[in-house]
Amino acid sequence: MIWMDDHRDDHEPGKDQPGQDQPAKDQPGQDRPGRDQPGQDQPGRDQPGRDHDQERPTEFARLLTELGGAAQRFVAGLRELPVEELRTLGDDPLREVISLGSRLGVDWSGTADELSEFVRRRMSGDYAVDEFGFDPEFTTTIVLPALRRLARIWFRVEVQGAENIPADGAALLVSNHAGGLPIDALVLQSVIYDEIERHSRTLGADLVFATPYAGDFARKIGVTLACQEDAERLLGNGELVTVFPEGFKGLGKLYTERYKLQRFGRGGFVSAAARARVPIVPISIIGSEEIYPQIAHLPGLARILGVPYLPVTPLFPLLGVLGMIPLPSKWIIRFGEQIATDELPEGAADDPMVVFNVTDQVRETIQQTLYALLGERRGIFG
Amino acid sequence: MVVTAILITGVSRQLGARFARSLAARDDLDVIGVDVLPPKYDIGRARYIRADIRNAAIGRLLSGSGVETVVHLGMVSSAAGTGGTAMMKEINVIGTMQLLAACQTSTSVRRLVVRSTAGVYGASPRDPARFTEEMTARAEPRSGFGRDAREIESFVDGLARRRPDLVVSVLRLAELMGAHTDSALAGYLSLPVVPAPMGYDARLQFLHPSDAVTALELVTGADHPGTFNVGAADVITLRQALAVLGRPAVGVPERLVAPMAAAGRRTGTADMSADRIDAVTYGRCMDTSRFAAATGFTPQYSTRAALEDFAAGLRPGRFQAPRLAQLAAGVIGSALRPARPAAGAGSAGDRRD
Repeated sequence: MIWMDDHRDDHEPGKDQPGQDQPAKDQPGQDRPGRDQPGQDQPGRDQPGRDHDQERPTEFARLLTELGGAAQRFVAGLRELPVEELRTLGDDPLREVISLGSRLGVDWSGTADELSEFVRRRMSGDYAVDEFGFDPEFTTTIVLPALRRLARIWFRVEVQGAENIPADGAALLVSNHAGGLPIDALVLQSVIYDEIERHSRTLGADLVFATPYAGDFARKIGVTLACQEDAERLLGNGELVTVFPEGFKGLGKLYTERYKLQRFGRGGFVSAAARARVPIVPISIIGSEEIYPQIAHLPGLARILGVPYLPVTPLFPLLGVLGMIPLPSKWIIRFGEQIATDELPEGAADDPMVVFNVTDQVRETIQQTLYALLGERRGIFG
Repeated sequence: MVVTAILITGVSRQLGARFARSLAARDDLDVIGVDVLPPKYDIGRARYIRADIRNAAIGRLLSGSGVETVVHLGMVSSAAGTGGTAMMKEINVIGTMQLLAACQTSTSVRRLVVRSTAGVYGASPRDPARFTEEMTARAEPRSGFGRDAREIESFVDGLARRRPDLVVSVLRLAELMGAHTDSALAGYLSLPVVPAPMGYDARLQFLHPSDAVTALELVTGADHPGTFNVGAADVITLRQALAVLGRPAVGVPERLVAPMAAAGRRTGTADMSADRIDAVTYGRCMDTSRFAAATGFTPQYSTRAALEDFAAGLRPGRFQAPRLAQLAAGVIGSALRPARPAAGAGSAGDRRD
């Protein structure tokens, strides 16, 4: 089920259990930023082989070095651009747009008539949205193909443990959240669809729905408000529901805090799962932390703009909109083993002790898996 | 045959007239229609009595006719045709207070049906996808019919506490939409060019007037105490609705929405109060399962069908989406067609034109 090509043979699922998390410890160029916790800083172990001439490279220096390497590869790739095609671009712009679209993953496998029919349907409002505002046609035809390219080509996502995603019935997927913008949520949705052809439904913060365009787009791809009512309604409908319990605390954390799970709220997601008696699937995503390495925050400006945080990254706001292009870090997404909730005692959903215990269990599983996966990844931009 | 007297307020308006006409067709009912203005629409065999629910005369009418069931539809949802927001508030709030006081003292009345609206739930980005009856507004409706309806419902609750023997049903109706509906939202949707909040695509839920009448008949004919959401099951987004109606949408930035709505109210173009603007910005949808479980009610019209019925009774819009879409599809198709043989398909059947 692992469909990413490049590192496919490097590891088997199950090899990266907690406690067994240094499969490639002495591999040169390996990166283990998550282990740099205060108090257990071990610079000697963290020295990548090629940086021997520097005594203690800071985290950012290492990040920039790796970024430099990635940029070199990118420039090398640019030389192979089909220049001829660029020259003929002006001849028939519309056709170019369509062929560009198809290269970006807008897959018009159908005939021109089918495409015409699609355009007619979209323009005359002849498509269905569900009670949450989810527009499956738009999601499957327009959004997911683009996200698929983003996941496969830009982030080179490697999927592990896909057999743990339920092929039918409701389940609650719980993931870590990082990266400044919720790109991990989009990538995760695309990956799940590619694995089992089910649309997972993400729960989002109210700020998303108060933001023009963002809220509209979110509803169209199946996101709804993170509240108990909607979670239970979705689970009751037999849907896969994705939650990011860290919320903005996870998204907006600094680069130095990366891969350290933040507080998991009050465990409302556990209550929802327990009430609906559906399994919880812990998901660990690595790579998302490095797409926008947040060096500092601008709290004053954030308050003026009414956003929860405003990060400074190596490229943003320095390069403006260009600085918002996510860095092409190497991603690994691991679906952990399901945690059953149907064996919990009656009324567990309202028992804070039980809820906290399960919350902790989920959180610990994700945290340990994150550390294990970091050991497995060869480099940030590997 | 025992003839039951039933009093309906607000029969000069669309829903009241339609409901009165439908009930009056039955032989076992004596339907009395009350309003300050004579009915504009056909009320069938119902008796029209000119009376103002805002004064105490309504109490004498109740006792004089031995009314058993009171159906209160006499609230107004739009300030435009009423004479301003102050008058609207007076009709809605003072009128309901007087009517309920009359019901409380009446010895004949044993059932009360009150129309309310989905507007009581407000509309905000913090709303759940569907409101059930127990939920309250996440953002209180700031003005307009939604706010009046909240006050009306609180009076009705008070009466139900004081007169536990009364069977009180409150129906929170979704926006009515059907052929020739003349609501404020219908007026807004039928503008030649519709200003819509930029970057938002609200979920809309409608109720066809004929379904509203069926729902009212269900609660007038049998005891179904409680508060119920009534609406079609599905939703349609604002942009979809405008496409169905053939109305081009013009995005209005958030800051300009309120001034534009104010201008629309002043010029009489469209009566979009703040609560209605919220509804077409963030959208709102009700969970209607409680009413279905209590009465077995299933709407005959989906939200989309209700809107299509409205569209059929409307002058076609400037922006005929099907025609324009055909044009766009044709352009794309012709651009794609020559490309296909080059892409290796090479089938001659592709090049019919």
